[in-house]
Amino acid sequence: MTTRTLPRPITAPERSAADALVVAPGGTTRGRARGYPLRREGPAKLTGAAKYADDLVFPGAWYGATIRSTQARAKLVAIELDPDLDWSKVVVVTAADIPGENLVAAIKEDQPVLVPVGGEIRHHAEPVALIAAPDRETIRRLRAGIRLVTEALPPVFDPERSDHVFAEYEVQNGDLEVGFGAAAHVVEGEYRVGHQEQLYIENNAMIAVPGEDGGMAVHGSLQCPYYVHRALRKTLGLTAGQARVVQAETGGGFGGKEEYPSIIALHAALLARKAGRPVRMIYDRHEDIAATTKRHPAIIRHRTAVAADGTLLAQDIEIVMDGGAYCTLTPVVLSRGALHSGGPYRCPNVRIRARATRTNTPPNGAFRGFGAPQVEFAVETHLNRIAERLGLSPAELRRRNAYELGDTTPTGQVLRESVAAQEVLRLAVEAGDFELLRSATARAAAERLGSGEVPGGPFRSGGARTAPGIGLAMGWHGAGFTGSGEVHIGSVASVELTADGRVRVLIASTEMGQGTTTIFPLMVSGELGLPAQAVEMAPVDTAIVPDSGPTVASRTAMVVGGLCIEAARRLRAEVEARNDGRPFAEVYLADAAAHGPTRIDQRFEPYPDIDFDDTTYQGDAYPAFGWAACVATVDVDLDTGEVAVRDVVAVDDVGRVIHPILCEGQVEGGTLQAVGYATIEEIKLQDGRYLNDRLATYLIPTALDAPRLRTILVEAPFSGAPHGAKGVGELPMDVGAPAVVAAIHDAVGVWITELPATPERILAALEGPRGTQEPAA
Amino acid sequence: MPAEPPIEVPVRLSEAYSLLAGGPLVPIAGGTDIMVRITGELGPVPERMLDLSRLDELEGISLEDGSLALGARTTYTELRRSTLCREHAPALVEAAATIGAAQIQNRGTLGGNIANASPAGDTLPVLLAMDADIEVGGHRGERRVPAAGFFPGYRQTALAPDELILRIRIPLAAGRVTRFRKVGTRRAQAISKVVMAVSWRAHGPSAGWSDVRVALGSVAATPIRAAAAEAALEGARPSPETADAAAEALADELTPIDDVRSTGDYRRMVAARILHRIVRDAGGW
Repeated sequence: MTTRTLPRPITAPERSAADALVVAPGGTTRGRARGYPLRREGPAKLTGAAKYADDLVFPGAWYGATIRSTQARAKLVAIELDPDLDWSKVVVVTAADIPGENLVAAIKEDQPVLVPVGGEIRHHAEPVALIAAPDRETIRRLRAGIRLVTEALPPVFDPERSDHVFAEYEVQNGDLEVGFGAAAHVVEGEYRVGHQEQLYIENNAMIAVPGEDGGMAVHGSLQCPYYVHRALRKTLGLTAGQARVVQAETGGGFGGKEEYPSIIALHAALLARKAGRPVRMIYDRHEDIAATTKRHPAIIRHRTAVAADGTLLAQDIEIVMDGGAYCTLTPVVLSRGALHSGGPYRCPNVRIRARATRTNTPPNGAFRGFGAPQVEFAVETHLNRIAERLGLSPAELRRRNAYELGDTTPTGQVLRESVAAQEVLRLAVEAGDFELLRSATARAAAERLGSGEVPGGPFRSGGARTAPGIGLAMGWHGAGFTGSGEVHIGSVASVELTADGRVRVLIASTEMGQGTTTIFPLMVSGELGLPAQAVEMAPVDTAIVPDSGPTVASRTAMVVGGLCIEAARRLRAEVEARNDGRPFAEVYLADAAAHGPTRIDQRFEPYPDIDFDDTTYQGDAYPAFGWAACVATVDVDLDTGEVAVRDVVAVDDVGRVIHPILCEGQVEGGTLQAVGYATIEEIKLQDGRYLNDRLATYLIPTALDAPRLRTILVEAPFSGAPHGAKGVGELPMDVGAPAVVAAIHDAVGVWITELPATPERILAALEGPRGTQEPAA
Repeated sequence: MPAEPPIEVPVRLSEAYSLLAGGPLVPIAGGTDIMVRITGELGPVPERMLDLSRLDELEGISLEDGSLALGARTTYTELRRSTLCREHAPALVEAAATIGAAQIQNRGTLGGNIANASPAGDTLPVLLAMDADIEVGGHRGERRVPAAGFFPGYRQTALAPDELILRIRIPLAAGRVTRFRKVGTRRAQAISKVVMAVSWRAHGPSAGWSDVRVALGSVAATPIRAAAAEAALEGARPSPETADAAAEALADELTPIDDVRSTGDYRRMVAARILHRIVRDAGGW
C-alpha cells in the first residue's frame, strides 16, 4: 500500500485477509471487512421489499408505449391512424403535442423528443409517436393501426465516411518529427472495438404523474435526477418548482441510465399530460436493448516511435468514434478517449487526433469507462506488440515507460502527486506470477510446436486440446469530470442536523447497486464521531435534495463524498462551538432540541492549482488519476477458438478505500464486464438495426464464464479531496480487455485487434495468411 | 401482454385426441418455447392451446422391447437424474445438461424440444445419432417416425395437426458409443453455434466401426445427418487417416450460414474439427 498522508476519520478497523466474511447481527460485517456496515439497501432487495419503478402503484395509471421507426434514415411524411379503429379510448402523442422545445436537453440539443412530421428519421427504433391506454392489450391492438408514411433516404453507417462531425480534438506535445527521427523502431497498428450494451438488470422505466398545478412528477430508474429535471422543464415548459423527479430503486445503470431516462421521462410526461392521469412507461428487455444507448464503437490507429531500449519517443494516435444518430454525450466521451489514448506512459512527442461522427444507427452514449476502455484496449495491445517486436517482456517495457511522479502528460499536466502507475504494475506482475507463468506458457507453446504434429489443415484437431496464455495490461483513469466540468456544474451537497435530532445527508447522487447509500453514512459519521447507522440518507427527490450533480464519472465518492465530509466538518464545528467545545456525538441531540435544525450546504470549490484550458486542450485534464494493472490467464480451445478466462489479478489504485467489500465488488464487477467486452459481448447490425437485441442473442458472461478474480486495492490519495478518494467505478473496466487479448496472443500467437476476440476471429486469424497479423515494419 | 389464449386441459389421451380432431390446438407442456411466443412479439400468438400436464401417458422412462422409452413430457432435469438414461443414453443426459438454466431444465421437455423443431435443438442430434423413433398419436391411430425423418424443413415436423408426440424410443445396441459436443457463445445458457452427436458400434480393437451416425444441429435449416462423414467412418477404424477423411468429408458436405450467433466458415471448420477430435479420442492416439 502507498504511504498515506492524510488522517483517516472514516471508521476503518483492522482487517485480516484470512478471515472469512461473516454477517453479524446488528447489520455489520465480521471477518474480512470487520465492522463495516452491510449494504444499506441490501435487505430490502433481498426480501423483495425494494420498490423498483414497475413496483410502484399509482391508481388510475395508464400504460404507455413508443411507436418507433423501422428505417435507419427517412423523411417522415405523415403519421396516419387507421380510421377503422376506435381511438377514443386512448391518447396518441406526436411532436405536435409538445408544449416546449422538441429537443432533449443535452450537449448539442440535436435530438428531438419525437420526430416531427416533415422531419428526418435518423436511426432505427427512433421514437416517432406515443400511445397510452388503460391496459396493454388495447395498446397492442391499436399500435398496429399507427402507420408511419416515410420516404427512404440514403443512410450512412461507416463513421469514417460520415461528413457530420459531432466533435473533434487535437492534443499536441513536443515534435513528432524529432521523435520518429530518433526511432530505432516504428510500430503501426489499427484497432477496432464494437458496441457494448450496459445490460443493467432492471430495464429502463419511468412513471409520470401530472400535478394539479400544471406540474409533473416523474418516478423512475435513473442515475441523474437533475438531468431529467432539466429535460422536463425545457420540453414541457415547466418552472423548477413544477418539475419533480424521484428516483425509484434502481437496478443498475453503468452509464446506461445517464442520458436516456430523460427521453423516457419526457415520453411518459407527454402522455400523462394529454391523458390527464399517471402514465407508466416500462421498457421490456427487447425495447431497452434495441433503442437505448451503447458504448461507442471506435477505430484507433497508432504509429509509435521507440528507442532500442523500449523508451517511447513519439506517439501519433488517431481516433474515430461512431456517435450514432445524435450527439448525446459523444463530445465528452470522445474527449476522455482522446486524453487517455496514449496510456499511462511518459512520451515526449505526442499527437492525438480524435473525431466522432454521425451515423444512422441508434445513438451511443455513456457507459462505464466513457471512451477510455476503447482507447486503452488499443494502446495496451499496441504496447504488447511493441514488446514482442523488441523481444522485451511486456512488464519490462511498461516499467521503462510508466508514469512516475513529476512526469508530464500530453496536455502538459505535471503529475505532482498520487501517481501509482509503477506500484500497480509491480503488484500485478508479482501477484499474478507474470514472468514465471509467461515462461511456462512459452514452454507449452514450444512443446506443441516441437511435438512434430503440425496441424495438417483447418479441419484437423491437434495433440493438445487447449493452449494456456497469460497477458498483462495497465491503465489510468482520470478521476471525476474531464477538464473544467466540475467547476461548470458547481454541485451542492448537504448534511443536516434535523430539529428532531437526526443527521441526514442530502445528495442527488443515486444508489444503483454500487453502494452510495452505504458509503455516505460511513464518510459522514466518521467526521461526526457517530456510528454509521446514525446517519440517514434523504430520499433522492428533487423536491428534497440539492443538485449534487449527476451520478457519473466515478465522481460520487470522490467529489460528492468530499463535499459531504466538508459539510460534516462544518456541522460538527458549528455545533461544538455553541456547546462549549464538547464532542458533537455527546451534544447533538440536545443541540437540535435547543437550536432547531442546522443544515450545511457545501458547494464545490475548484481544486487548488488544477487548471485546464478547454479550447487549447492544455493543462490539468483531471485533478488526479486512478491507476490499474491487470494480469489475465486464459485457456484457448485449439479446436474451437473458445476462450476460457481462468484467473485475473486486478490491482487498482482508488486513492482511498471507503468500504473494502463494496470497493472490491466494483473492481470485480468492472473486470468481469471487461472480460465480456473482450470475449463475447458483441452487437451485430444489419441496415442500421441491432440484430441481437434480446437476452437470447446478446450474451454476457455467466458465473461459469467468470474467472477467479483476485483484487488488490492500492491507496495513493488525492490531496484535493478531504478523504483522498479518486473513484473506483470505471477504472477496472479500462484494463481487463487488453489483458485478455494479450493472453490470447500468448496462448496461440495471433493478435486479435478487433473486440470482441470471438472464436470466429481467433480461428480466422489462425487460419488466415500469417503476415497480416504481424506488426508492420 | 395480450389476453391468454383459451386452453383445453384433457385428463386422458383419448380426450386429447378428440380435442385435436376438432381443430388446431397448440400443445403446451413445459412452455419454455411457447411462453416466449405468447407475448406476440415474435409472431402470432397461439389461438387455442392444449395443456398436456394432466396426461400421465406422456410420462415415464422405462426399458421396453429392447429400447429406452422416454415419455414426451420427460423434463431435462428428469433426463439428467435418470439412472436408465445415464446407463443407456449418456449423450442425451449430456445434451440435456447444456440446455438453458436450471429453471428451464426443470420445465422444458424432450417432446417439446422435438416439437419446437429448432435447428439448434440440443437433444435432436443425439436422437438422430441414436436412431431414435418418435412415437406420435392421434384419433386416427398411433405411428412411429424415425428421428432422422422427423424434420422435413425449417422448424417443421412430421406431425399432422391432429397428432401429439407420445414418446421417444431409443433402441439399445450392443457396443454402441455415442459422443456429444456443443459449442456455444458461453459456457452456460447459450444457443448452439454447432452441436454434434456421433454414434458408432465398436467390435474390438481390430475391427472397424459399424452403424456410424454423425448428426449435427445449427449447421443447416434442420438437424441433419452427415452422410459423407458417416460413409468415411463406416467400416473403418479410428485412425488418423480415417479422422482426416471424415473431417474433410464433413467440411465438404456442410453449407452452414452466417447468422447472429456465428459464421458459416466457423461452423464448418469447427464441426470438422470436433468430429476429428471425437475420432481421435476414440482411437486414443
